Amino acid sequence: MNTSVSIAGVEFKNPVTTASGTFASGKEYSEFVDLGKLGAVTTKGVANVPWEGNPTPRVAETYGGMLNAIGLQNPGIDVFIERDIPFLKQYDTRIIVNVCGRTTEDYVEVVEKLSDTDIDMMEINISCPNVKEGGIAFGQDPSMAEAITAEVKKYAKQPVIMKLSPNVTDITVMAKAVVNGGADAVSLINTITGMKIDINKRQFVLANKTGGLSGPAIKPVAVRMVYQVANAVNVPIIGMGGISNAEDAIEFILAGATMVSIGTANFLNPYTTAEVVTGIEEYMRDNSVDNIYDIIGIVK
Amino acid sequence: MSKTYVEALILSQSIIAKDIYSLWIKAEDLAENAKPGQFINVYTDDPSLLLPRPISICEINKEQGTLRLVYRIAGKGTKCLSRLTSGDEVTVMGPLGNGFPLISDKKAMLIGGGIGIPPMLELAKNLVDPVIVAGYRDEIFLKNELEKAGQLHISTENGLMGTRGNVMDAIAADRPEAEVIYACGPLVMLTAVKKYAKEKGITAYISLEERMACGVGACLGCVCRTVKKDAHTHVNNARVCTEGPVFVAEEVDI
Repeated sequence: MNTSVSIAGVEFKNPVTTASGTFASGKEYSEFVDLGKLGAVTTKGVANVPWEGNPTPRVAETYGGMLNAIGLQNPGIDVFIERDIPFLKQYDTRIIVNVCGRTTEDYVEVVEKLSDTDIDMMEINISCPNVKEGGIAFGQDPSMAEAITAEVKKYAKQPVIMKLSPNVTDITVMAKAVVNGGADAVSLINTITGMKIDINKRQFVLANKTGGLSGPAIKPVAVRMVYQVANAVNVPIIGMGGISNAEDAIEFILAGATMVSIGTANFLNPYTTAEVVTGIEEYMRDNSVDNIYDIIGIVK
Repeated sequence: MSKTYVEALILSQSIIAKDIYSLWIKAEDLAENAKPGQFINVYTDDPSLLLPRPISICEINKEQGTLRLVYRIAGKGTKCLSRLTSGDEVTVMGPLGNGFPLISDKKAMLIGGGIGIPPMLELAKNLVDPVIVAGYRDEIFLKNELEKAGQLHISTENGLMGTRGNVMDAIAADRPEAEVIYACGPLVMLTAVKKYAKEKGITAYISLEERMACGVGACLGCVCRTVKKDAHTHVNNARVCTEGPVFVAEEVDI
């Protein structure tokens, strides 16, 4: 049985990684999960300089999901390179570094610095709904998305994944734009913009008013978008959005995802990533699937 | 360190005041590693409720491998928890957070307000004859246990027991002496404690609350503003779940 997948020439032992922002740089969950069991660890977004993030409350529970408006608090690329990459290099796993920024120059600065490190891929976050400037603006305008992809590609020595926002009218337009810009892969979906109001206090629950909805509540939307993008572009897809177990992961793979990411589910079960790896193997064994590629995108 | 995520057996659960429940669970690894002031994540079995409930540890029995949680029903999750009875299982993770530092050579004053009172019990049991100031809205709970663990001063908002008012009113009335303060309670109380400690020139260790998601320091949901650069991001935003929940009052912006 072969669970390994390849994206832009990078081999992964299995199709399971983590969704950026839910797993930090792996250290906190390494107490529970052997990171070497995962296909890759995708780190929280890192910018050119430290970001403070948003005021609190930053998180709120919703029915079958949660809202977050962390605002990409991060220590900046220099601390990240010095501290987090060496930590992850201790493990036999691939490293995908999520990059955030406010301007094209911000992204390029991070990408240039990462290019000289021993990481495997970069995921460019042009879809965070919680920061006002940059970020999401690139992710909702096709020409800007194409331009930032092309710019990042000029400097990146590793393959580039563009992370897409679901907060658009037609996600295939955005997928085509980043592929035109030279994206090696796409990841989707980022969170869906939402809001929660406390009816007793008559105010927003999140300090940022809006936040990104994640968790099982968004899974059907994510599966639909992965399916649409899989049928619109010819680059590999990393699928995510509410995956809590191997059954959910298989759904994404059947819809067209080459890899899957576990996000919010880590918060309710820290072993989810490893359990999804095992569960995919069981599904393949039970269904006599020799190679994971035999099921990627076969539901048409 | 050394956190575990396990199914814990419920040994007993009882209601000890309106909406306040006392729960004993068997969780050997958690009990072995737990310290006063730490908390555990409690997971519900309702799939519509995604996030764990962070609940402070009220008592630790290392010999028996058990933990006591005293919590207030605040929403659907704690409501679910309150329905469990002995023999049921509940998923928990912990111990989480830093806990209170045990300073044995200074006279301690422990100040708890409302549902901030329970963590003071285990702390008091680990100190020598501390002063305990417990502030209740109206109904009293944990009184017998607290009396055994230290010199108890009580305030109630309706004045039915102890000083009428809040914990600061009780301190003003009874004038207990202390060289170090430990406090847990509503933000307005912690702000008053911080001011009081500064006036007295003594250190106050305060336990903060914030909305949490992961509980292990990964999501950066539960930060508080700090005077010094924080250990994780270096932006004066420490994680309440990891660098906290206990902070030196002077070092946080509350």
